[in-house]
Amino acid sequence: MSAPGENRKSGKEAVQRGAALDVGGLPTFGFGMRSPMWWGTMGLVAVESTVFALTIMAYFYLRSHASAWPISGVPPDLLWGNVNTAILLLSMWPNQKAKQAAERLDIAGVRLWMSVCMVVSIAFLAVRVLEFGALNTSWDTDAYGSVVWMLLGLHTTHLITDAYDSGVLTVLMFTGPHEGKRFVDVSENAGYWYFVVLSWLPIYAVIYWGARF
Amino acid sequence: MTVSDPRQVPLADPAAAAALERTWSDPPGLYGWFAAINHKTISKRFMVTTMIFFLLGGVLALLIRLQLAQPNAGIIGPKMYNQIFTMHGSTMMFLFAVPIMQAVATYLLPLMIGARSLAFPRLNAYAYWIFTMGGIMLYVAFFVGAGPDAGWFAYVPLSSLRYSPGKGVDFWAQMITYTELSGLMEAIVIIATILKLHAPGMSLNRMPLFVWAMLVTSFMVLFAMPAVMLASTALITDRLVDTQFYNPDKGGDALLWQHLFWFFGHPEVYLIFIPPLGFISSIVATFSRRPVVGYPAMILALVTTAFLAFGLWVHHMFATNLPELGKTFFTAASLVIAVPTAVQIFCWIATLGSGRINVKTPLLFVLAFFFILVMGGLTGLMLASVSLDTQLHDSFFVVAHLHYVLMGGAVFPLFGAFYYWFPKFTGRLLGERLGRWNFWLFFIGFNMTFFPLHLLGLWGMPRRVYTYPAEMGWGDMNLVSSVGAAIIGVSVLLFLVNVVRSLRTGALAGPDPWGAGTLEWSVPSPPPMGNFDVIPVVHGRYPMWQPQPEPTHVVGMSNDWREVLVTTVTDAEPDHRLWMPSSSIWPFLSAVATTILFIGSIFTPWAVVWAAAPVAIGATLWFWPKRSVVEQRVQSESKP
Repeated sequence: MSAPGENRKSGKEAVQRGAALDVGGLPTFGFGMRSPMWWGTMGLVAVESTVFALTIMAYFYLRSHASAWPISGVPPDLLWGNVNTAILLLSMWPNQKAKQAAERLDIAGVRLWMSVCMVVSIAFLAVRVLEFGALNTSWDTDAYGSVVWMLLGLHTTHLITDAYDSGVLTVLMFTGPHEGKRFVDVSENAGYWYFVVLSWLPIYAVIYWGARF
Repeated sequence: MTVSDPRQVPLADPAAAAALERTWSDPPGLYGWFAAINHKTISKRFMVTTMIFFLLGGVLALLIRLQLAQPNAGIIGPKMYNQIFTMHGSTMMFLFAVPIMQAVATYLLPLMIGARSLAFPRLNAYAYWIFTMGGIMLYVAFFVGAGPDAGWFAYVPLSSLRYSPGKGVDFWAQMITYTELSGLMEAIVIIATILKLHAPGMSLNRMPLFVWAMLVTSFMVLFAMPAVMLASTALITDRLVDTQFYNPDKGGDALLWQHLFWFFGHPEVYLIFIPPLGFISSIVATFSRRPVVGYPAMILALVTTAFLAFGLWVHHMFATNLPELGKTFFTAASLVIAVPTAVQIFCWIATLGSGRINVKTPLLFVLAFFFILVMGGLTGLMLASVSLDTQLHDSFFVVAHLHYVLMGGAVFPLFGAFYYWFPKFTGRLLGERLGRWNFWLFFIGFNMTFFPLHLLGLWGMPRRVYTYPAEMGWGDMNLVSSVGAAIIGVSVLLFLVNVVRSLRTGALAGPDPWGAGTLEWSVPSPPPMGNFDVIPVVHGRYPMWQPQPEPTHVVGMSNDWREVLVTTVTDAEPDHRLWMPSSSIWPFLSAVATTILFIGSIFTPWAVVWAAAPVAIGATLWFWPKRSVVEQRVQSESKP
């Protein structure tokens, strides 16, 4: 485990005094695996990955039972899906910058890069609306339409909630009250952002290319 | 190095203890009741709520047995009967068996691992409120005549809009959303608590077996419960906005439901069954007065069971047109899972055999577990055979099997756990004499109720029929079964009498009435609000039975705000001190907002849009820190 090593480096260790173990010198927050928040976020990631994986399995299960796929005949247009994939991948850059700033405890950097992230999230939410329009099917057309809308809808829910969470956190970083453990929140928020972006890649492949091959 | 008596816990000075009590208490009054987040307070409410659902489910079961007691009975009509068995199954599975294990765990885990709190106390409170509101919604719907009636696993196409018009199935599907949301959040809370908040020295290889059982269960929850949420969401969108997931006319597939449901449903059996294995390990150790034999084997058995549990779901679908070769895999897995269970049973027998046994009511319930679970396990092996299963599918044989497994595997150990930990929860022991009456009536009543159902099933009586003609010759066995059910009813009534009497006049327990070995017995009963006035340093698996080398305890934690000690995952070395949130009413209000969204969406899909606003506002105010609290704490902040 790296964590006690880090405490040793900073000289902030628990010290034995007689029968007692004095933890008064330990830090009051920690990043990554050290923080319970990291474990909470990973739990959420595990749950939501399972939901995505099961929905993708449902997609292929239905596909294996269909005589033609897409059932309605026309696959989704590629343009907006490709554009949004590019935007989401690009968003990892300001996201990483915000994460690094948080782990340096650099409030100015956090404010700057989280604001950039917010601008990017407006962009991908807008393009997402266009993506729904380019699916060439409706949720009630047939089972193909239902599962495609379910996949895109689930991921969109994540985009909306993550954009909202990040927005609230960004405002808090400007207005305060401020304390050190909020940097952990920013770092974990960035970790969750990675999940939302990276989970999009298999979903993108299924929605846009699962209907073509 | 000096060695001190394990029972001599160093005491905090009274001023520090009083400050801690103030710090960790929830606010008083009506507001404080809704703002409470202390894990013990929430857990007690959670246990009482799930037990109320258990009683409601039990009354429904008695109504079923009343109707089936004789042929051609007309007490309950077919429509109402369908609702009653659906409500009985749904209640016992979703509103009692899974959540009550989490409810008990959220009380005991912090005490067992030497923590002052759960990792996310507000999330824990929110999960409780969500669960409660979901359960209330289902029962309100039932009482106004909109109860679900498609069985507890709601197979399509029966549960589709065409065959189940009305709102009953919609309420059922939303109840799933509520309870699984709650269960998933509790699992996350439990995992983070176990891995990060254990006291120094409480490394993974020293954690009590109950803690291991809950860790394994919670990981299973993360991967099992999403399946049923997805399934029920697809069901409700099929019903409300015309998606076509389960409609074969439009490319949908009815078996998709069965796959998704049982991918959750079979692991669910183990979500119900694994926590009681932890209860049993605690009870067996204490009442044999020795450590459980084979600690590593016990843990490996739990983990193996968890993995195998995900390879069994198709054995619920043997009567469908799946490839025969595929079914053989699931037959094999269903047989193999008996192995880890047997390993544990042998370890307990070895513990009991080599210990000095102290026969008290908790142990009686555990001994009954051995008998009943083995019976249920054996019929499970029978049902793992495809040919036999095809014959017995949807018969009362299956009903007998599942009740032997679930009541033997979960309800009996759970009652044992109540008798065992009731003194910790309340400070008073449950009455031993009434306890024995409770036990023997339960044991006899149980076998009278469910053993005859094996025979009825073999004779061809299908489940879910509201009556049967006299010529079938099923009347006598059904009568025996119904008398047994009444005996169980009396037994549970005695349990309630015991609880009420003991709360007022039961013998005072003191910290450790059983002479047990784990940390929860080192603190007063009931424990102070902050659990441990002095946080212990742990040196073994049974700290109360072992000499304590130095250091014995932790100093340097704040008494003036809620601070917990975060330790490393495997070795439990002290890592940092973390501030926990204050009590707040926002988890409750957010749960109300979420309820408006869930129930609203049954009537109009647009509720998902407009009711999202109050949910977002609630969650934001929940998160937003209080300036006064932050300013006080930030003065002692120490950067990593």
